[in-house]
Amino acid sequence: MYEYDDIDQTLVDERVAQFRDQVARRLSGEISEDEFKPLRLQNGLYLQLHAYMLRIAIPYGTLSSRQLRGLAQIGCTYDRGWGHFTTRQNLQYNWIKLEETADALADLAKIQMHAIQTSGNCIRNTTTDQFAGAAHDEIEDPRVWCEIIRQWSTFHPEFSFLPRKFKIAVTGSPNDRAAVRVHDIGLRMHKNAAGEIGFEVIVGGGLGRTPFIGKTIRDFLPKQDLLSYLEAILRVYNQFGRRDNLYKARIKILVHEIGIEAMREKVEAEFAASKDGALKLPQDAIDQIAAQFAPPAFEKLSGISAEYANAFRTDFEFGLWARRNTFKHKQPGYSIVTISLKKEGAPPGDASAEQMNAVADIADRYSFGEIRVTHEQNLVLAHVKQSDLPAVFKALKAYDLATPNVGLASDIIACPGLDYCALANARSIPIAQQIALRFKNWERAHDIGELKIKISGCINACGHHHVGHIGILGVDKAGEEFYQITLGGAADEQAAIGDLIGPALNTRDAVDAIDTLVETYLRLRNSSDERFLDTYRRVGLAPFKEAVYAVA
Amino acid sequence: MPLLKDGRLVGEDAFQPVADDAALPESGAVLVTYARWQAEKEQLSGRNDPLGIVLPNTLDVLDFGAEAERFDLIVLTFPKFSDGRAYSQARLLRERFGYRGELRATGHVLQDQLWAMQRSGFDAFEIPRDDAAEAFAKAISTFSHVYQPTGDGRVSALKQRLAIQNKDGRRKQEAAE
Repeated sequence: MYEYDDIDQTLVDERVAQFRDQVARRLSGEISEDEFKPLRLQNGLYLQLHAYMLRIAIPYGTLSSRQLRGLAQIGCTYDRGWGHFTTRQNLQYNWIKLEETADALADLAKIQMHAIQTSGNCIRNTTTDQFAGAAHDEIEDPRVWCEIIRQWSTFHPEFSFLPRKFKIAVTGSPNDRAAVRVHDIGLRMHKNAAGEIGFEVIVGGGLGRTPFIGKTIRDFLPKQDLLSYLEAILRVYNQFGRRDNLYKARIKILVHEIGIEAMREKVEAEFAASKDGALKLPQDAIDQIAAQFAPPAFEKLSGISAEYANAFRTDFEFGLWARRNTFKHKQPGYSIVTISLKKEGAPPGDASAEQMNAVADIADRYSFGEIRVTHEQNLVLAHVKQSDLPAVFKALKAYDLATPNVGLASDIIACPGLDYCALANARSIPIAQQIALRFKNWERAHDIGELKIKISGCINACGHHHVGHIGILGVDKAGEEFYQITLGGAADEQAAIGDLIGPALNTRDAVDAIDTLVETYLRLRNSSDERFLDTYRRVGLAPFKEAVYAVA
Repeated sequence: MPLLKDGRLVGEDAFQPVADDAALPESGAVLVTYARWQAEKEQLSGRNDPLGIVLPNTLDVLDFGAEAERFDLIVLTFPKFSDGRAYSQARLLRERFGYRGELRATGHVLQDQLWAMQRSGFDAFEIPRDDAAEAFAKAISTFSHVYQPTGDGRVSALKQRLAIQNKDGRRKQEAAE
């Protein structure tokens, strides 16, 4: 994985010094809160309901074991011994003191980490496939491009005060696990007719108040032009994106209002004028970054390991876990392991310092010391030998990290909601916990199969509810928490925005409704191979709606 | 308003701002609005003294760029420091249209944005503080490296590393020979 050199380290250290000075000037009153706010936001510091929250960037969701241990330590020193993994593959601490922030950032810098541009109206952490560099279905490792984008977008002088935040995602696989169609810019690597690999560029997707599926602005972009093209899009957006209304300031609204054709015309004109400039990527510069993502030293293995086959046959729990929580690796004899942070009844995405240290140890022993964070708020060990899977399962289980529910109904995405967030209208975590408990029975959960439930505590949609197979949105009705339910959303290569089933329900009825929806699906599905989403696409909204509101 | 140019405080602005409804002085450097320039191009072009123009940050500079070299001063505006449109205008004027005259930032210009402004091509700043020169010196020395190329000519980290790699490669090759 990518290691800082002197340049990266110097810049991060200088950033800490800069922020320390800014905090001092704020505390002395030299700068106003209004002037300080964007400075702290661009260093990941939010003012929440009860305390400051500090959001740490985990570039494209990749961590070394040393970094994860460092995060655990910082969580103990400055928070209450916890970290919360987010849908942007980042980590948040929820109980931070303003006076201590610079110290926390200095500690982060020691492990080659930072909180730069994790908030504010700038280019945010670029996200990607959590299986990058490991998945069997990958065309090319997207992390190389994420790192190139990370460097280009960090402290970009022209784009530090955009109309609104800006999120980029990259997938190197046709099976999109990075939700690229619901990002401000989505990049999908693919091969053109000539066999060259480049990018499909998708623009103007996004969730929030006005959800949009992104539109293709260019079918094929050669690799060496990536930064010139990104800069062209950002330049058009910076000048012409709306700044009169916070809720209409994302690039999706610009694309929607002027249309994708007009947008393409502007961007292509800008690109034509700049593509042969200083941003054009020389092949040797690409190679230099790519070398840092060289595959680890895999053993040459063949056939199915006896340990694995034996455990699968004799240990029922292991078999359940291996079926649900592992994914096919491109290297024979290896698997990708997803560590569920969704034990039924626990807040989705939370990990204790103890758990983080345990994962770091397991990664060192079994997965080349590397950990990934998924946008679905789980962790990943990308390169585990199949013969080690039983041992990994056992080690994870000792820390409550082996819940066999990846992709199932209890693997819920939820935003922090009204328990922490100043913007929320309703709580997300308690309803996620209640729903997950309904699907604790493994037999039923595995029979239901893949079902993505996503919960947001307000219209800003941090919990991605629009693209949940079942989406849940918290609303406030005269001081009481209500929940709107949508069906049929998807964030993958067939991205879709979910359809609203009807009036919002109170907490108890909403939890019951999820049960009813699932029972309806089980009744309607053609076979156990037909997923909830497939059934919904086949039969439509009506039978689900009837089932939920018939009793009410 | 203290005016900083090339990092130094300028005692008096050489350009006299002229309101749209005021008569132009017979001679001397003047600063006019974009609207006035549009209305009185011929008359203004006839003057022999330096000419400055204030552009609104809503202007598409592609519509103005070809005329940029006609001016000795272009003033770009930051109505609020968080409104970053003028950064793009500045880079386009410098890098696309090759404007070499004074490029001045006005409006809500704060210490913490000076670095980005300078990298985008600004060389003059109206800063409402007495220690503007010190604040500027501090701001622009915040970072020792840059990650991206702009018209300021600084070499990006990506290319710096390539140069180091190539140099190392040559050294190894020479040692081998």
